[in-house]
Amino acid sequence: MTAMKSYFTGIDLPSNDILTNCMHCGLCLPVCPTFALTGKETSSPRGRIRLIKAVAEGTLDVTDGFINEMNFCLDCQACETACPAGVRYGSLVEAARNQIRMQGRESTAAITLKWIFLRNIVSKKYLLKLTARILGVYQSSGLEALLKRSVVIKKLAPKLAKLQELSPRIDGRFFDDIYPEIIHPSGQPKYRVGFLSGCIMNVAFASVHEDTVKVLLHHDCEVIIPKQQVCCGSLQAHNGDFEIARQLAKKNIDVFLSFELDAIVMNSAGCGALMKEYGQYLRDDPTYAEKAERLAAKVKDISEFLYDIGLKKPVKEFRHTVSYHDACHLVHSQKVSIQPRSLLQSIPGIDYVELNEASWCCGSAGIYNVIRHEDSMNILDRKMSHVKKTGAEYLVANNPGCLTQIEYGCAKENVSMNIVHLATLLRVVYEL
Amino acid sequence: MISAKLISSVASIVGKENVFSSAEEKLTYAYDGTPLISKLPDAIVRPATKEQIAEILLLANKEKFHIVPRGAGTGLSGGSIPVDDCIVIDMSRWNRILEIDTENLTAWVEPGVITSQLHQEVEKLGLFYPPDPGSMNICTIGGNVAENSGGLRGLKYGVTKNYVMGMEVVLPNGGIIQCGGKTVKDVAGYNLKDFFIGSEGTLGIFTKILLKLIPKPETSKTMVAYFSTQADAGRTVSAIIAQKIIPCTVEFLDRTTIQCVEAFANIGLPTDIECLLLLEVDGHPVIVEEEAEKVVECCKNNHATSVTIAQSAEEAMKLKTARRSAFSALARTKPTTILEDITVPRSEIATMLQRIGEISKKHNVLIGTFGHAGDGNLHPTCLTDERDHDEIARAEKAYEEIFIEAVRLGGTITGEHGTGLAKKKFLHLVSGYTAIETMRTIKKAMDPNNVLNPGKIFDVA
Repeated sequence: MTAMKSYFTGIDLPSNDILTNCMHCGLCLPVCPTFALTGKETSSPRGRIRLIKAVAEGTLDVTDGFINEMNFCLDCQACETACPAGVRYGSLVEAARNQIRMQGRESTAAITLKWIFLRNIVSKKYLLKLTARILGVYQSSGLEALLKRSVVIKKLAPKLAKLQELSPRIDGRFFDDIYPEIIHPSGQPKYRVGFLSGCIMNVAFASVHEDTVKVLLHHDCEVIIPKQQVCCGSLQAHNGDFEIARQLAKKNIDVFLSFELDAIVMNSAGCGALMKEYGQYLRDDPTYAEKAERLAAKVKDISEFLYDIGLKKPVKEFRHTVSYHDACHLVHSQKVSIQPRSLLQSIPGIDYVELNEASWCCGSAGIYNVIRHEDSMNILDRKMSHVKKTGAEYLVANNPGCLTQIEYGCAKENVSMNIVHLATLLRVVYEL
Repeated sequence: MISAKLISSVASIVGKENVFSSAEEKLTYAYDGTPLISKLPDAIVRPATKEQIAEILLLANKEKFHIVPRGAGTGLSGGSIPVDDCIVIDMSRWNRILEIDTENLTAWVEPGVITSQLHQEVEKLGLFYPPDPGSMNICTIGGNVAENSGGLRGLKYGVTKNYVMGMEVVLPNGGIIQCGGKTVKDVAGYNLKDFFIGSEGTLGIFTKILLKLIPKPETSKTMVAYFSTQADAGRTVSAIIAQKIIPCTVEFLDRTTIQCVEAFANIGLPTDIECLLLLEVDGHPVIVEEEAEKVVECCKNNHATSVTIAQSAEEAMKLKTARRSAFSALARTKPTTILEDITVPRSEIATMLQRIGEISKKHNVLIGTFGHAGDGNLHPTCLTDERDHDEIARAEKAYEEIFIEAVRLGGTITGEHGTGLAKKKFLHLVSGYTAIETMRTIKKAMDPNNVLNPGKIFDVA
């Protein structure tokens, strides 16, 4: 048989070594949320790897069916945790998505949404703030309530209607407008940490950022929030836009490395996952390869950082039931799962209950819940069935997407539970 | 190639929504867990009733196309890999546990029930279904029965065939029969059910399976012993059995395997030792205590460098889960892992291990060996790269010698994975040609048009 020509082109090809590394044993199947939905091999990690391999080998064109499967995948990477062979599936599907984008094969709706949202709004701080202001005014003016009741928006632009329903509540103030670049703790600082204000978190989760900063200060950290920093690029990279992700990464590398830092503390799982991978994305860049590795080595999730330096003992007991949901990009990409649980369990008075299937995706998955709303809601239903069973008063998750998604699930199912970030809970515990 | 017209006839039996034939779907049903072999089917169908399955088989006989039954596609001998002009029948959605009978200690299940899900359900009732193949979190009972799968608990509890009491089967000619039942004793007619166990999907398609359950052992103790030579580990196994102790698990892992497993599982296994034994005894607490002590003693007497007892059920589970990952974890060293499944009488374990080492050196291939030392079932796994054709050829030569050696020692070429496509050319080594001819006669009598999973185990022509 003569070798056929790959249907992938240019740079950023799915790695041939990783493709060969999959020995199709099937041990990834039981943990894949989309395989659980369809029961079809085609929507499993093992199946998708075979499809990517077929395109790479030239036996399958970049078909609509192929594109659909690549986008159906949540990129939750639960399969990576399950894979004894260590196949880095996420990098394959992200590379395939990048190929699809570069070949101009995305649907017009997806291109438009991704162009508006990923290439412009979140990548450009001023646009994000402007959009957030408009969304904030819209949410607080009563116009939102009015529109939600009207069928017009659902008919005219169903995707947009979902976007508004799943949009996080916009905070009145943006985080980086409130805080100066350098914040000193009350006593002598023991650590000097950088902090990523990010894109969505900055405008919609300013309060979680404040909580994080307060908790860090309480732990004797001098907190640096570089003014020149940009969005980390994770939403773009995970959706296969490597070009813009690399631009953003380089900017952040320059900005953060200009400070002498002990660590860069993250409170968003997706951002942490990508910043830890900066080295991989820039490995062929002679100027940035080494710097990217250096920066990546400093990146730590807040739970990882506090676990390493040791959590301070709270002044009084916190007598509540608390459970924990693993954000995919924390547990599967960064392999951080023991630390947040250990921190929670160490809080005096706390009644910790483990959430069944805690590391199963909630269906948020970046902008998946907008682009593939129905699938996302099916996955959320499974998550909610377990969330309800915990009977917990607080459910902790360290990622904005999960917080919004599970809160949405609670509202939909009339579940009263506080869905909070670890930093928020700690701030309450410490009474900061 | 099956014509589009025929596929639409099949669709009229099962409904259009249950027939898949896009390029993407065909590609993802072209393989199972077996390395190096794959083939595109012409379509995949999901029947909902036994009558639909029977109708498809009648059509296959009339129109001369082939049917390949499939569960979760984790098989390791190619049993569910498509053949020429074939339709894959996907049984994975037949996943209901129909009945758990706590008076007769039996369970009726559909063939697509996942093995570990059955474990969980029966254990809630204080019952136990022992067969536990490495892929138990996804493999199906139907596949287990078709392949007569084993697992980690084979030494004490036996394998799948020891737990099948009956079944409902659609025959290649479209007939539907039920054989066996809930009675322990039953000598009416031929023992047909045993006949379908391990038939690798060549004689019928299961639609219901009746399984035997036993009371769940009250407690268990899990131990790990490290050795500086494989011979010491081999002698330890013999010494334990000679003490008249039957542990439920005695697993062997060599250095290469330990290193890969540790890289995946991070449970603190030392990576600089020659080999280890993972041992478990179970049963009544008093007996477990006593047997565990004796097992530790046997290990020490045979120069174990260290023996540790798992301190909690969680720690024991971690060790066993790590062991289950061995086959796939070996792919960390090199991407293509060709796994074999030879079995020798357990008294020959040490000799077999030594011979594997020699053969691996002779053919210059890297072999990692792990397996169920207690029941003589070893998985020498060749670590290779499918892109290196010369290496693959050397691996094949090495395996041929390993098979010959296993048979010479009174063993067999496959203990629990099946013959399928991967091992059919070696079947004569252990069965002899007359036995294969007998199998052919049976296959021809039951499936004269050779429609059901043809070319597996042996060729009919």
